[in-house]
Amino acid sequence: MKVTHVPPSSTSVASADGDTAEPAETQAPRPAAPARGRLASRKALLLGCVVLAAVLLVSLVVAIGLGPAVVTPGETARHLWAALSGGRIGPDEVTTYQIIWQIRTPRVLLAALVGAGLSAVGVAIQAMVRNALADPFVLGVSSGASVGAVGVTVTGGFAILGIYAVSVGAFVGALVASVLVYAASSSRGALSPLRLVLTGVAMSLGFQAVMSLIIYFAPDSEATSMVLYWTMGSFGAATWGALPVVSVVVLAGLAVLYRYGRALDVLSLGDETAASLGFDPDRHRKVLLVLVSLVTGVMVAVSGAIAFVGLVMPHVVRMVVGATHARVLAVAPLVGAIFMVWVDLAARTLVAPRELPLGVITALVGVPVFIALMRRRGYTFGGR
Amino acid sequence: MDLELDELSVVMDGRSLVRGLSLEVPDGQVVGLVGPNGSGKSTALRCVYRALRPSSGTVWVGEQDLTRLPMRRSAQTIAAMTQDGGIDFDFTVEEVVALGRAPHLRGNQALSGRERDLCERAMDQLDIRHLAHRGVLTLSGGERQRVLLARALVQEPEILVLDEPTNHLDVRHQVDLLSLLRGAGLTVLVVLHDLNLAAAACDRLGVLSQGRLVASGAPVDVLTTQLVGDVFGVTASVVPHPLTGDPQLLYSLNSAR
Repeated sequence: MKVTHVPPSSTSVASADGDTAEPAETQAPRPAAPARGRLASRKALLLGCVVLAAVLLVSLVVAIGLGPAVVTPGETARHLWAALSGGRIGPDEVTTYQIIWQIRTPRVLLAALVGAGLSAVGVAIQAMVRNALADPFVLGVSSGASVGAVGVTVTGGFAILGIYAVSVGAFVGALVASVLVYAASSSRGALSPLRLVLTGVAMSLGFQAVMSLIIYFAPDSEATSMVLYWTMGSFGAATWGALPVVSVVVLAGLAVLYRYGRALDVLSLGDETAASLGFDPDRHRKVLLVLVSLVTGVMVAVSGAIAFVGLVMPHVVRMVVGATHARVLAVAPLVGAIFMVWVDLAARTLVAPRELPLGVITALVGVPVFIALMRRRGYTFGGR
Repeated sequence: MDLELDELSVVMDGRSLVRGLSLEVPDGQVVGLVGPNGSGKSTALRCVYRALRPSSGTVWVGEQDLTRLPMRRSAQTIAAMTQDGGIDFDFTVEEVVALGRAPHLRGNQALSGRERDLCERAMDQLDIRHLAHRGVLTLSGGERQRVLLARALVQEPEILVLDEPTNHLDVRHQVDLLSLLRGAGLTVLVVLHDLNLAAAACDRLGVLSQGRLVASGAPVDVLTTQLVGDVFGVTASVVPHPLTGDPQLLYSLNSAR
């Protein structure tokens, strides 16, 4: 029997040495290749990431060019290059330049960052709570962050922190929310995935109610549009000033989460197994909870709570690269970033000059996927 | 390496699940833990693979107190095949088996050639190599059990603890698995429900009832009609196995007490 060569990778254990000593009873031929179309090797994964990064770059340029004033990708690239290299543009191009550099570029970059962050956070949360239907929105972490952000905005709390006040408020809100959901759903130290999702959904609605209350009682606020912003998300308020904090926190968060790849593999096998493999599940979950709250909080502070991205992207990626988290966490942020850039483009162009809330579009994409996932193999929310 | 449970007690929600359990598992021996449902067998095991901290008492691994060892360090010595094998993500069989190396690796460090060979061998031993690229969610209960044991073997432990490893297995794989345990040269503590298999596979048996050890010793000394009647509440005749001489139980259906 000839064994088909499978290039070695971090997790692939198929050998190419032709060692075919098998028990005599095993007559079934070995599959010639991974049964499902997975990128089996590190090289393929790397190549995939490079391709996705290129697609992201093109998406960024195209999205920056599109809007009420359409600029061709070539022109957009020229303006961006001029901005980055300190080059010159003609005097008649100043308006175009301002639209591209001052208005659209920060917005599109923010979309990419938030898309990447939400996807990675979704992956981490799903592994942590062993539930493929969890994400920061479902678990109430995003709405908790909204409450924090709104609270700070309305009351002017944390004013000492200046422009970081809203981010810190959102982080505190996210952390409080995750701890509350976590505590309310665990019984006797054990975490039931089913209870967790149910608690999360309930808490999420509760936090939204609290947030709406704060907004409606706040003096001279544009209540409706603010509620819409915090519950459905928008990049409409994006400025260059908002980018540094988000970039640093999201990119650092991505790097740390990636390093937790194998720990997430182990955690997703359950607490008992994790303990037997030398991973203290509680200690790891605490660290991850803080990390996830931090990244979510900072993202919500600049974009509101956007649903379904953190839920759907991890699934789509897992279908292609398998469940191993180091691989998922390498690919999911790129896919999430690309997705979010296009969602934001749709949000600001479909019904221009008005804007659709992001949540409307992500839900229109996400809900059918969510239901399809649930129907496939009668999903049990991780409850048994 | 010797494993010793020393006056182990576990109290949860005010209920005593394990009471003063002392049991020695000498190096290289297979010791079985038997008892009715809810007698504390799994709880005792959980203290050994560190899913649970005993309320009092000590688990000794060689000369060391288990709770004083870093978890990662003890996982390099003790592997477990647990009941809670539920996996919700579609890992492939080879990915799950490879995770057995997790206590020996840092971060996302890749498996070495030797470690990949180790995984291959374990999959061969458990007759699951043909499933290597299948998703674990598509496996039958018995196949899954074998994957979990392969993962435990890949951990290269000196001590192996197993919670009802023969669950869901067909007869051939039950016999294969227990033969494997006997031949592995590891220190083994195993919870078994089937007393006949336990008698055949174990050097010594400990019998638990309501969290207490009520008997321990060689199977032939422990498995008596009297004890099986007292602890399990069934009437059984004990006969020697015609080939091996191990005690085997024959149950009578209508005379259950």
